Parts: sequence; structure tokens; C-alpha cells
Amino acid sequence: MADITASGQHVRQPDLPPPASEVGVVSWLRKNLFSSLPNAALTLLGLYLLYVIVPSLVEWAFIYAHWVEGVNNKECAQADIPAGACWTMIRARFGILMYGFYPPPERWRVDLTFVLQFAAIGGLLIEGVPYKKYWAIFLFGVFPFLAFYLLLGGIGIPLVETSAWGGLMLNLVLATTGIVASLPIGILLALGRRSKLPIIRLLSVAFIEFVRGVPLITVLFMASVVFPLFMPEGVNFNKLLRVVIGIILFSAAYIAENVRGGLQAIPKGQYEGAMALGLNYWKMNALVVLPQALRIAIPSIVNSFIGLFMDTTLVNVVGQIELLGMGLSSARDPNWLGTTNTALAFVSLVFFIFCFGMSRYSQYLERKLYTGHKR
Amino acid sequence: MSAAGEIRTVESHSLWRNEFARGIILQAAVAVALLALTVFLVHNTAVNLAKRGIASGFGFLENVAGFQPTFSLIPFDLATSSNGRVFLLGLVNTLVISAFGVVFATLLGFIVGIARLSQNYLIRKLAAVYVDVIRNIPLLAQIVFWYFGVLSTLPNVRQSLSVVGVFFLNQRGLFMPAPILEAGFWMIPVALVIAIVAAIIVHRWAHQRQMLTGQPFPSLSVGFSLIICLPLLTDLVAGSPISWSLPELKGFNFQGGMSVLPEFVALLLALSIYTAAFIAEIVRSGVQAVSHGQTEAARALGLRSSLTTRLVVLPQALRVIVPPLTSQYLNLTKNSSLGVIIAYPDLVSVFAGTVQNQTGQAVECVAITMGVYLVISLLISAFMNWYNKHIALVER
Repeated sequence: MADITASGQHVRQPDLPPPASEVGVVSWLRKNLFSSLPNAALTLLGLYLLYVIVPSLVEWAFIYAHWVEGVNNKECAQADIPAGACWTMIRARFGILMYGFYPPPERWRVDLTFVLQFAAIGGLLIEGVPYKKYWAIFLFGVFPFLAFYLLLGGIGIPLVETSAWGGLMLNLVLATTGIVASLPIGILLALGRRSKLPIIRLLSVAFIEFVRGVPLITVLFMASVVFPLFMPEGVNFNKLLRVVIGIILFSAAYIAENVRGGLQAIPKGQYEGAMALGLNYWKMNALVVLPQALRIAIPSIVNSFIGLFMDTTLVNVVGQIELLGMGLSSARDPNWLGTTNTALAFVSLVFFIFCFGMSRYSQYLERKLYTGHKR
Repeated sequence: MSAAGEIRTVESHSLWRNEFARGIILQAAVAVALLALTVFLVHNTAVNLAKRGIASGFGFLENVAGFQPTFSLIPFDLATSSNGRVFLLGLVNTLVISAFGVVFATLLGFIVGIARLSQNYLIRKLAAVYVDVIRNIPLLAQIVFWYFGVLSTLPNVRQSLSVVGVFFLNQRGLFMPAPILEAGFWMIPVALVIAIVAAIIVHRWAHQRQMLTGQPFPSLSVGFSLIICLPLLTDLVAGSPISWSLPELKGFNFQGGMSVLPEFVALLLALSIYTAAFIAEIVRSGVQAVSHGQTEAARALGLRSSLTTRLVVLPQALRVIVPPLTSQYLNLTKNSSLGVIIAYPDLVSVFAGTVQNQTGQAVECVAITMGVYLVISLLISAFMNWYNKHIALVER
């Protein structure tokens, strides 16, 4: 780029533009889509797949879809051709899909609970929000009782039986309770698995491996048909509570493995340093090891939460009707027969938005924490 | 020295100050608490069962079940077959759907995983969208979608979709040709076994020769042609002891051939497509874990691109891929229990569901079902440990 002028001095010339074959849309296409014959064939295959899927999906979801409530509710249920989604059904049954049979005048309590919950989780997890300690105390110490009171009611606000809970609200309640309540148990199990005491270690390993070896559905069956047999005569406890206990025990084993992953990432020097300071086992773990281990385990705990959130659809099998179940039962309603696909599309979309968002967040955390621990 | 001795004597005075004694006390306390809990639960269960008039024990397995599961791969008779037979039927159905699911999920998963690493922008993005969408929608919703959303919208029997005139797909499931085994059939599996053994011997011999002399031998293609050609030859020599029974439309349904229930097809599709998304991510990260220097070094040695993949990239990638892959297989097996939502008669559905409901033997049924899954998972983790030991890096 440098030329020598008559006076013998180097003068910088402007850079030449890249050759035309290296820039622009055409070059990008050639490089990424048509670099070779097989590559071009693959591109055509991909375009064909798009051609098959996208237009029919758009037609179904938008062009032939029914949006506004007509004179006749059955209008879109009747198999008119070409078929489209029946979004009016979602519109008509939105309350039931979200809250189950929770009485409409009381639904603000559910809203308030989840607003508080998301605020607390956000305050705890989002960087730069101050008072982390108080958010944590609120989320783990105050919120569970507050949420229990708000959702169930009793004193001051009307009682809403758990049999009326359903829809998305039930998924959120189950998944959140499952994770929050199983966190302490999971931490104890993870510590137990690494303990030097043989009986403690054996019991922890046995519990973790047992639970991880069986499907959630068998745990739910156990909660619904075996737990009642375990109780003394006359003690009959709430069906939802039994399911929640099953979910907590199930998720504790997975959380224990997540925490163990975090514990294994802590260098031995940390333990030795804590011991040299004269801390006992519990203080060493509570003050030195766990704060670091849990930070590392957060992404995998978020992933467990996503898995558990999707797994809460299984409670349908033992008669708790959550979002998917409400969607399917809506499609069985005589007024809305033939809207199964609409119900499924809506339910899938809701789950997708929640889970995709959370998984992106956990990927972001993973990247952040990874660089934080690189030396 | 004396100070240390003094401290030790002080320790031995108070048991709580002694780490060893404290450990024993703590463990004893946990063990006693657990034992007490167990006794409490067993006692309550015994009282409750006695009150309901249910005899505990496994005697109920001998009793006649009295219901007909919709799909049975083992002989099952409504009038005489016992609950134990139902258990066996459910187990077979679970294992069969899992085996098919594992095969299809692996194939699809590897294709998508490799597509995610493609040079082709469109293919790469399509694969990424597939993985993100499938992984973030509950499996139960996907099973219901394939069953109610796709298979029940298929045409009726008379307007079946046909593939080359021998496969038919309609609301009642998938109909396909069935092999009819005639006398002399045993020769074909024997020929297959002989061909496999021969292929292994040829491969070993070729490897040894290459080590000694450096001369390569196309043992793979020779082996594969052996495995394919020898049974075919035997088939010809033995006078074609396999004939095919084709499904034919007679009256209101297809006769002849084999049919596969729509529940089976829907569950298989959902399980394969769902698990494939996870396998794709495992494959992608496994291939990416092989450092680029390895490929470059192989190229520098003059290996072709196919040989680079087979001899350098794949063996190293598989070391990363196989352990999480086996746990996906385990997940698939566990997830096959979700077929209960579309009434696929798997172990959970017919045994922990129907039999438990009819006999009231809740503890036994749930325990047996859990036990089966535990055994499967222990077998798979035993295999994983063996494999890990087998392929572990041999370092200096």
C-alpha cells in the first residue's frame, strides 16, 4: 500500500476495495449456500423443506385462522375447508387455560403471587440490582408463606380449594415449589454424597440413583396411590400436596447432582483454607464452599427448572389438570370440538416462550460464569 | 510433644469433640430415624391394607387379569392370561418401543447434529431451529400432537395413503408386508452369523497385515459385502424360504401383512424426534470437542477427508459423545412411559395403571414398575462404566 514518490518518500495510498467476488449478497450466497454441487443440493433440499412447512403453517395459523368471536361459537369448529386455527377458542377459554377453575373474582391473587415471584427472582438473578441478600431472604423465607396464603386464602380472603387450581398457574406453582423446596434437600444430598461418613454417603447415593433411575410418572403414581397407604388411619391429606411432595423428592435428586457438579469445581485449596481458619464442617460449607459452588451450579439448576416445568404436564395422569390438560379438555368441549391442534399450538407456544427464554438466560449465565472462572 | 498428647486426651474426654465418635453418633441417629420412619410407614400400610381387605404379597400376579390390552407382541388370552402375563406384555411393549426409538433417534440425531455443523448456512440454521423448538416443548404435548393432531387426521381405511403399493397408512395405523417363515428358514440366520464372524476375522487379519507390512486391505467393504451377500446367496440356494404376506384391502379393513397401531406410530415419532434434538446437541458438542489441530495434523499426514473423519475425528468425538448418549437412551426408555396419555399399553399404563386399579395392589405394582426401570438404568450405567474404561485415554 505504500508507494515511493519522486522525492523518495513513502506515501500511504488508500486501501483497495475487496474484489467484487468477496463482498455483497451474491458472494455471501455463493460462499454459504452454493460453494459446491452437494452444498447446492443441500440448499435446495432446505428450501424445499421450508416451502413445505412454512406456507402451510402460516395459512393455518394466520390466513385461514378465526380470530374474532362470531355469532356462532361453533363456526370455526365446523370443519370448513381450508382449515385454520381457531384462536377464538383460546380467547373464550383463556381464563380457564391460565387459572383453571380458580374463581374469577379471586384471580388477582394469582397474578399478584407471580408478579412478586418474578420480581424476587429477577432481583436475585439480574446483575446490578442491589440488596441481593434481602431478595434472597424474601424469596426463600417470606415468599413461600405469602404465596401459600395468597393462593389458598382462608383468613381475610376467601378460601380457594386446591381442587380448583389448574391451568398454567398449576404448572408454575408445581415447578416453583418443586425447585425452591428441593433446593435445601438437594444441597444436603449433594453434601451427603461427598461425605466421609459411609452410611450417610450410602443413603445419599442410594436415594439419588434410585430417583434418577425411575420416570417421574411412576413417582406420581406412587404419590397418588401409595402415599395414602403410608398415612396413619384417619389422616387424609390433600391430593395436590401429595403430588407436590412427589415432585419435590424427584427434583431433589436432580438438584443434588447439579450441586455436586458445582462442588466438584471448587478447588481443594478452598476447603484447606477454610479448615486452616478453624471453621467446622458446616461453617466451611456455608461460608466458603457452597456460595461458590451454587454460583457455578446456577445454570444447571435453571436447566433442571426448565425440565421440571415441562415435566409438570405429567400431573394430568394423576388427575391434576394443568395447562396442557386444560387445553385438551377445552378441545373436547362440545362447543369447540375439532380444535385440538389449536389448543396444542397455544400450549406449546406458552411453554416455548417460558422455556426458550430461560434456556437462553442459562446459556448466557454459563458463558459469563465460565469466563469468570478461567485463570 | 506433650502439648499434642494433652490435646488428644482432652479430645477423648468429650465424645462430641471427637470427630470419629461424632461421625458414628450422627450416622447412628440417621439410621435409627430412617428405620423408625420405615417401621412407621410399613405399619400404617399394613393397617390400611387390612382395613381395605387387600392381602399384600405377589399372589395377585397369578390371578386372571380379565382385560385385553390393545397391543400385544406375546400371546395373550383374555380368559386365562394372568396379571403376571400383563406385566410381561407391558415390559415387552416398553422395551420394543424403546429399542425402535433408540435406533430412529440416533439416526435422526446424528443427521441433525452434523447438519448443525454444516458449511451451509440454511441447513445449519434449520437444524438449530429444529433443536430449539423441539427441546422447549413438553414431550407430552408432542405425543398428543402426533396422535390427535396428525394420525387421527389421516384418511380412513378406504383412502389409505400407500407407498409403492405395499405400505398403507391410515387412521388405524401402518400396514406393511409381513415375512412368512417356511421350512429351511433357519439357514439364513446361520448364514448371517457365519458372515459376521468371517467379516470380523477378515478385519483382524487385515489389521495385522497392515501393522506388519503396511499393505492396506479393504476389509470394511469386503466385510459388508460378506454380511449382505452370504445370507442372500443362502436364500437363493435354499429356494427362498421367506415369502411375504402383503396387506390387502378386504371389506372394511386390511387383511394379511403386519399392522402397527397408531398409538405405537405416534409414540415412536414423538420419542424419536424429541430425543433426536438432544442427541443432536451431544453430537455437535462432541465433534466440536475435537481440536482443529487434530484435523490439520491428519491432513498434513496426507489422509483423505473421509479417512480423517473415520480415523481421527470420530474416535475422539465418540469418547465425548457416548456417555451422554447412553443417558439419553435411558431417558428415552423412561419417557416411553408417557405413552399412557394416548393409551399405548406400556408397562406403566397396563401394570402400574390398569392392574393396580383393578387389584388395589398399589404398593406391589408401583414397586415392581419402579424396579424394572431401576434395573434398566443400572444395566445402562454398567455398560457406560465398561465403555468409559474401554475407551479411556491411555496416557504415559
